[in-house]
Amino acid sequence: MPDISDMTFEKAYAELAHIIEQMESGDLPLEKSVETYERGRLLATHCEILLEQAELRISTLDAPGDG
Amino acid sequence: MPEIYPIAEITAHIRYLLETDTLLQDVWVQGEVSNMKRAASGHWYFTLKDSASQLRCVMWRSDTARQFVVPENGDSIIVHGRVGVYDQRGDYQLYADFIRAAGVGDLYAQFEQLKAKLDAEGLFSPEHKKPLPAFPLHIGVVTSPDAAGYQDVLDVLRRRFPLADVTLSPTLVQGTEAPPRIASAVRHLDAAGSVDVMLVVRGGGSLEDLWAFNDEQVARAVFEITTPVISGVGHETDFTIIDFVADHRAPTPSAAAELVSPDVADIRADLATSKTLLHQLAQRKLAGLHDDVQQQQKTLSYLSPSNAVRNHRQRVDDLNTRLMTLQKQHLNQLKERLAGKSAALESTNPDVILRRGYAIVREGDSGTIISTAQAASASETLTITFADGDINATTED
Repeated sequence: MPDISDMTFEKAYAELAHIIEQMESGDLPLEKSVETYERGRLLATHCEILLEQAELRISTLDAPGDG
Repeated sequence: MPEIYPIAEITAHIRYLLETDTLLQDVWVQGEVSNMKRAASGHWYFTLKDSASQLRCVMWRSDTARQFVVPENGDSIIVHGRVGVYDQRGDYQLYADFIRAAGVGDLYAQFEQLKAKLDAEGLFSPEHKKPLPAFPLHIGVVTSPDAAGYQDVLDVLRRRFPLADVTLSPTLVQGTEAPPRIASAVRHLDAAGSVDVMLVVRGGGSLEDLWAFNDEQVARAVFEITTPVISGVGHETDFTIIDFVADHRAPTPSAAAELVSPDVADIRADLATSKTLLHQLAQRKLAGLHDDVQQQQKTLSYLSPSNAVRNHRQRVDDLNTRLMTLQKQHLNQLKERLAGKSAALESTNPDVILRRGYAIVREGDSGTIISTAQAASASETLTITFADGDINATTED
C-alpha cells in the first residue's frame, strides 16, 4: 500500500471512499478490518491536513503558435 | 330582430380576426417604453407609445430570460412579437419575444442569424452536453490575464477549492482580433490534455465588448473539443452564442468558478462524516464478530460429547424406571397369590369350624381325639370342645 504522507488529496480521498465501501460491505476478516479502519482514519486526517495547507497553484500556457 | 351575442363569443371572434392576421402575428414595432413593470413572476409588462398612440405589451418569463436589453421607462426600443387578445379585460396587446434598442445596428440580426444556423446544425442540442467532473483538480481558464473576470475566478477558487491547479490559456477577449484568438486558446488548452474542465470567461461590458463570444469560430471550437466547458461571459442578463454551445452556462465569471468547484467546507464536512462512519463501521464489525463467536459457542456446546453422555444417562434412567415398574408388578402378583393361600388356610382353621356348630371330642384322660361313636363308647369320660370352651361328659350304655 502507498505511503499515506506522499499521497495526493485526490488519491487519499478516493481511497478513503473505497475503504468506507469495503467496511460497509462487512465481509473483511477481523484483523484486516482493524487495519483498514486504522488506514481510513489516517487517510481522513491526511486529507484534512492537505486542505489546511492547500494553496491554489497557477500556471500559464504559452500562447499557441500562429497558424 | 338582430342576432345578439354574448361578450365571450364576440371576444373570441375578435381574437380570431387578430390571430389569423399574418401581419399581426409577426410584427416589429418601435416606440418609447412607459409603465415598465418587472413582475415577481419574471414576466415583463410595459406600454409602447409614440406621439399618437400606445400599445400594451407583455413578455413572458421564458422570453425575458434571454433578452440583451432590459427596457427602462423612456427607452426607445424595437420589439418583435404577435398581437393577441387578453379576454378578461377586452384588451388587445403585443406578446413580445424579442427586444432591441432602437438605433443599434444590425448586430442583433447577425446574432439571431448565427444562433439559428448553429442551432439547426445541432451545436446546442442537449445530447452533446458533457457532464462536469465532480472533483476537478485541474481547472483551465480561457481569458485575458488582465481581465477582471480572471481575478474573480481565482478569488472564488482560492476560497472554495484551493486544492486545484489552475492553468490559464491567455487570449484577447475583445476586439476584432479576439474571436480567432479565443478559438485557438480553447483548442490549445484542450490539446494540452491536462485540464478536467475549462472556464471560458470575460467580465461584464457593453454589447460590443462581449461580441467576440458571439463568433462562429469560437462556437465551433467549444463544440468540437473534448474538455467540458463552462461559459461565464458578462453579467446575469447577457447571453452570448458561447452560452448556448458550452456544456454549462454561468451568468458571470465568478459564477462559473463556483459552478465548477466543490466547496472545501463541504469536503471538510464530508471528511468528518467519513471518520464517524468508519468508526461506526469498525464498532459494528466487532460487535458482529462478538455475536458470531457467541453463536458458535452455542452450536458447539450443542454438539459436544457431554451432551451425548447426558443422552445415555437419560436412557439408563428410562430403563431403570421400566425395571422398577416390572418388579413392582411382579411383587403385586406374588402378594395376591399369597393372599389367596391365606384365605384357603383360614378356611381349615378348627376354630372357624367350631363356630359353625361343630365340636371336637377327646378321650377324657388321654386327650386323644375321638372321631367314631365306637371309640367314644369305649371311654368313660370325654372332653368336648366347643368354640367358646370345653365341657366334660360321661358316656352311658
